Amino acid sequence: MNKTAEEAGTLAKAAASVQAGHESKIAATNVSVFYGEKQALFDVSIDIPARQVMAFIGPSGCGKSTFLRCINRMNDTIDICRVTGTIEIDGADIYDPKIDPVLLRARVGMVFQKPNPFPKSIYDNIAYGPRIHGVAKNGSAMDEIVETSLSRAGLWKEVKDRLNEPGTGLSGGQQQRLCIARAIAVNPDVILMDEPCSALDPIATAKVEELIDELRQHYTIVIVTHSMQQAARVSQKAAFFHLGNLIEVDETEKVFTNPTDKRTQDYITGRFG
Amino acid sequence: MSDTTSQSGKAKVRAWYEPDAKLSRRHSADKRLRAYGIAAIIFALSMLATLVGTIAITAAPAVTQTMVTLEVEVPEGAVDPSDPRGGSYQRILNDSIMRIFPEVDTPREKRELRKLFSNGGQYALRDKVVDDPSLIGRTFDVTFPLADIGDQLHKGVIDRNLPPDYRRVSDMQIGWYDRLVEQGRISAPLNWGMIFNADSRFPELAGLWGALVGSFYALLICFFVSFPVGISAAVYLEEFAPKNRLTDLIEVNINNLAAVPSIVFGLLGLAVFLNFFGMPRSAPIVGGLVLSLMTLPTIIIATRAALKAVPPSIREAAIGVGASRMQTVGHHVLPLAMPGIMTGTIIGLAQALGETAPLLLIGMNAFITAAPDSMFNPSTALPTQIYIWADSPERGFTSRTSAAIIVLLGFLVCMNAIAIYMRKRFERRW
Repeated sequence: MNKTAEEAGTLAKAAASVQAGHESKIAATNVSVFYGEKQALFDVSIDIPARQVMAFIGPSGCGKSTFLRCINRMNDTIDICRVTGTIEIDGADIYDPKIDPVLLRARVGMVFQKPNPFPKSIYDNIAYGPRIHGVAKNGSAMDEIVETSLSRAGLWKEVKDRLNEPGTGLSGGQQQRLCIARAIAVNPDVILMDEPCSALDPIATAKVEELIDELRQHYTIVIVTHSMQQAARVSQKAAFFHLGNLIEVDETEKVFTNPTDKRTQDYITGRFG
Repeated sequence: MSDTTSQSGKAKVRAWYEPDAKLSRRHSADKRLRAYGIAAIIFALSMLATLVGTIAITAAPAVTQTMVTLEVEVPEGAVDPSDPRGGSYQRILNDSIMRIFPEVDTPREKRELRKLFSNGGQYALRDKVVDDPSLIGRTFDVTFPLADIGDQLHKGVIDRNLPPDYRRVSDMQIGWYDRLVEQGRISAPLNWGMIFNADSRFPELAGLWGALVGSFYALLICFFVSFPVGISAAVYLEEFAPKNRLTDLIEVNINNLAAVPSIVFGLLGLAVFLNFFGMPRSAPIVGGLVLSLMTLPTIIIATRAALKAVPPSIREAAIGVGASRMQTVGHHVLPLAMPGIMTGTIIGLAQALGETAPLLLIGMNAFITAAPDSMFNPSTALPTQIYIWADSPERGFTSRTSAAIIVLLGFLVCMNAIAIYMRKRFERRW
């Protein structure tokens, strides 16, 4: 009833959860990204806490996706892209030459904007990751991984009778949850989501959001979103990016109700972006 | 009053749905354009129909081969049963022919008569005796081709009403031929020899088998060289190579390579494979290597296009679950691109099958009367065989040339049909 009281209550809860030991999972220090001569990201430093949902918000082209893709070195695939600064996951710098990006990406899963299941069966979509990482061979161990992953992604009941049908035959929302299940299957610590609901209808979006909320018990989730309502609904912490700079990062409640920076304020009230 | 206003309104203001002159001009321009298109297609189709029709009409006589059946007596002692290959079958056959035409006795007439029968008769007889030596000392029927003049006479290609000086058959030969017809010795079965014989100087014996085998070996070599090399090159350029001036240069040159006239590849093959590496002349292996030089750019370009058509989201998905670049390409991108690659490869091979100029330069237009045992033996190929036959003066080769063209076209149409089928069957929409 009383709005401020309610807010105060959730804020207190969030603060409590921080105190309850949400240690930092990812620590980025002075991360800059260059595409050729052009600098896309300027000295971003941020701590991302474990087992929470961190939302990156900001207008298009602000660098939030670029930064997200630094966290699993997805930018490595772009020739002209150069990253400076350090990003540590559990204390290890992921840009250290000793780190193999293949192993990194097994620990840091990714879900993309457009659902992109492999044009293979639902089963093989899930089994592919564990198979290449040698987690399990085909057989009962693999069946178990497939079932757990699909269950965690809330898809098991819908697809358990048609595991051999192509993943591309599912609806958009199911495809996206299949992609989430595929990311879960390699048993990551962190799941990066790059606007996971932008290609989905509201009902599918609601399901994915619900799923994100459940997943945060097990995984650290970083989500890039254009929808501020979505950021408010699913995240505990929010980071606002603008023109390649990290402007503000705080509890989601605080960012949305009481931002410190004028630009954040302008963005969330819809004055630009 | 309302009447007048409505009438004057009609005259001045046009309703929105009434077309004006400009609109009808636009529509008629549309119609004209469509008519031009249809006319162009009709023109092209009629040209194609004329081409194929002419070839088919010319080839029609080659569908059958005029054969003659003679009773031949192989006397005991004429052939050694322990070595049936060594017999003098020419004489045995001549004796049998003379028994039918006892009135022919001057050497000149005998020569004339002999010209009516194919030189292949003795081999047909020999093969029969070799297969079954118990025939020695018995009389039995042997069927073998008439010589070209007899064949053409039977098919009506040679007009017997022309004055003798204007035709290649003498009156005497026509008389003998008519006698053979009367005796029911002439038949015209389907011309399987055309497919299963190797080349010969005599049109009635000449066939495509050597050329078919040669083309098959050459295409096999071409495929096994250009397919893996082409795919590797395309995958490297498309998926791994850094984008810089060097790769740009390579790309431009590959596209240029596809436009190089084929005879230049022939010269290259002659200089490199024959003169430098000393590979055998006229051999399908060299032909295949030269053709693979030509097919490579086609396959590389087709493969790159097919790889480009695989959406980047699939690559991201694979990399996102921790696949290495090689795994991404090997497990996902390449399989998805494979239908496109196969289509391009088949079209490239079809081009190679019809290519003549480079094969002429490396000597695959030699006169070779046996199909090659291996890809290192001299041989011809389908298009060079057509070239050789087209160059031969005998009437029989005219129809055989066209028939060979139809065989070649048949293979090309089949290969292209497979390519189209694969494209339709495996086409993927994203």
